[in-house]
Amino acid sequence: MPYSRAVQNFLGTAQYIVSAELARAVDVAIALRRPLLVKGEPGTGKTLLARDIAHFFGYPLERWHVKSTTKAIDGLYHYDAVRRLHDSRFGDGDVGDIARYIRLGPLGRAFKSEALNVVLIDEIDKADLEFPNDLLHELDTMEFTIMETNETIRAAQRPIVIITSNNEKELPDAFLRRCVFHWIDFPDRELMTRIVRVHHPDVDDRLLAGALDAFYSLRGVDGLRKRPSTSELIDWLAALRHAGIEPAKLLGSGLPFLGTLLKKEQDFETVDRRMKRGALGRA
Amino acid sequence: MFLDFFYNLRGRGLKVTTHNWLALMEALGQGIHGDSLTGFYQVARCVLLTSESQFDEFDRAFAETFRGVKLDAQELLDHLEEWLRDPKRLEYLDPELRAALKALDLDELRRELLDRLQNQKERHDGGNRFIGTGGTSPFGTGGANPNGIRIGGGGSRSALAVADARRFRELRRDLVLDTRQIAGALRRLRKLAREGEPELDIDGTIDATARNCGDLEVILQPPRKNSVRLLLLMDVGGSMDPHAELCSRLFSAAHQAGTFRELRSYYFHNCVYGTVYEDARFYRGVSTGELLTTLDPRWFLVIVGDAYMHPGELMMSGGDWLMSGRGPTGMTWLARLASRFPRSAWLNPEPQKLWQNGTIAEIGAVYPMFQLTLDGLDRMVQHLRRPPSPERANRVARLAQVE
Repeated sequence: MPYSRAVQNFLGTAQYIVSAELARAVDVAIALRRPLLVKGEPGTGKTLLARDIAHFFGYPLERWHVKSTTKAIDGLYHYDAVRRLHDSRFGDGDVGDIARYIRLGPLGRAFKSEALNVVLIDEIDKADLEFPNDLLHELDTMEFTIMETNETIRAAQRPIVIITSNNEKELPDAFLRRCVFHWIDFPDRELMTRIVRVHHPDVDDRLLAGALDAFYSLRGVDGLRKRPSTSELIDWLAALRHAGIEPAKLLGSGLPFLGTLLKKEQDFETVDRRMKRGALGRA
Repeated sequence: MFLDFFYNLRGRGLKVTTHNWLALMEALGQGIHGDSLTGFYQVARCVLLTSESQFDEFDRAFAETFRGVKLDAQELLDHLEEWLRDPKRLEYLDPELRAALKALDLDELRRELLDRLQNQKERHDGGNRFIGTGGTSPFGTGGANPNGIRIGGGGSRSALAVADARRFRELRRDLVLDTRQIAGALRRLRKLAREGEPELDIDGTIDATARNCGDLEVILQPPRKNSVRLLLLMDVGGSMDPHAELCSRLFSAAHQAGTFRELRSYYFHNCVYGTVYEDARFYRGVSTGELLTTLDPRWFLVIVGDAYMHPGELMMSGGDWLMSGRGPTGMTWLARLASRFPRSAWLNPEPQKLWQNGTIAEIGAVYPMFQLTLDGLDRMVQHLRRPPSPERANRVARLAQVE
């Protein structure tokens, strides 16, 4: 199934700023018709990427949020035997037609759709170790058979598959080999400024500069259990602006609303010790 | 040069498969890299690698291959020729073109190849990919960058500068990071088995009943549990002090992972002798002999220590500093443990280059040794999952007899 080579290269949108490397990885995944596996620190926008790709190219998006109990077949279809039984007992509709009780999952819907879809398989590492292996065949051939009806569903257009992982479990080699891989690096200051501007278009320059100083030196503190991420920075700025904090006061007498940036008790202590030594501002 | 790059990557232990290499060629053939070295770097990285822990090695291989490369037209052609010498690709080139390649200068080469690409698109599909790769690939923009290779792509940093910065050093797998990652590695040490009293499988029952037209069909099955039992022995104090933090992370990770059917951990100092201790202060002792008799060989044994001690402490009777009197040597105790628990391994926080000598080498002969890094943990888990080797069992059994 050849793609017509994507009409244009992926650039990100006004709501979602991508690095050149990520944009390139998306292009590659689309051109090679392989799933794109995205990893990265929590809070770097892995999940939002799929939404943004769909938005950018104007394709529909199917979301599949994986949980620890999710099985590979859940993404393809579900046979609702209980509902069929219910209908047979209480007389509602034609229970002879099994197809009525097959519900397609996100991947199944994307395959069946006439249009090109973007499929997000979110947090694939949450599921069982064997989960990715169970999907290999379907992702390779882009078709599957519904056992109950013996119907084969073949993708009319190979969907663009975006897979995210938080690294909780290692993914099998055979699976990795078939993916285009991208690690979302933590944004540097320049990129971060652009990202923050998307969420706070009219933020005061001095406040932003001060907040970024504080944020990056906070991230630089050794021994943090959970380093603050982009989404936390954005929340923090919202809090700072809401409270009308003076930019000059940042870093002066302890950081306000530290709770939006740090989520672990030990981290507060670590940062506290640093600030007492005055080491934080100079980092 | 591109094959150099390929072998450079392989040489650095990155398992780049031919499959992925061809995928890279395909991507280049489609011009995804946008005719720039930066683009080439980005495309190659996302196609060839499967984990961020490989980024650092990749950057180094990239910098090594492309650094200071002063590409003049002649060299460029040489590289191109070398690249094309691969028989698979050569099929797609006709002799006329090959001859022309040798005579051309850079600009003409580009033009010629682009023309060729255009023509071939019309004539037949098979050929355009590889020639296209040659023509629109990184060669094309060579020659203008400070190092001889110019990067397009509007104001971004050069691929070499990016590669040289080694931004991904901290993602390498040979560094131990945090508890969660250790727990992740340990979690793979599992064998799922259905054991014990069967219990009601509610989902299965509902499903079977519904499929059975509503006649109740009860599905029972034993719960699926990890059947791995792990015995963890940790060296504390003395030469292990610098590694205390690391070991405590491992310890909490093993407990946190929470997936083991049973987990027991004990402490020892320097070497295992007749007694191990439930606490790191050596108050509550447990006899090693008791562990040997009460725990069956299905238990996995992992010993954590630097294996570094005075040879006497390992080889002499009465080497135990806590107990007076004579008894089996430390080595005998270690061999007995290894013999009882064939699935066993040693984790050493010291770097591997120190393992050649002294007691570390002695112990390494009895226990497969792995470095206490993420990579080492992975390899240890892989080792433990494989069936135990009979050679080792024989060797260890002999050592265990010595008093």
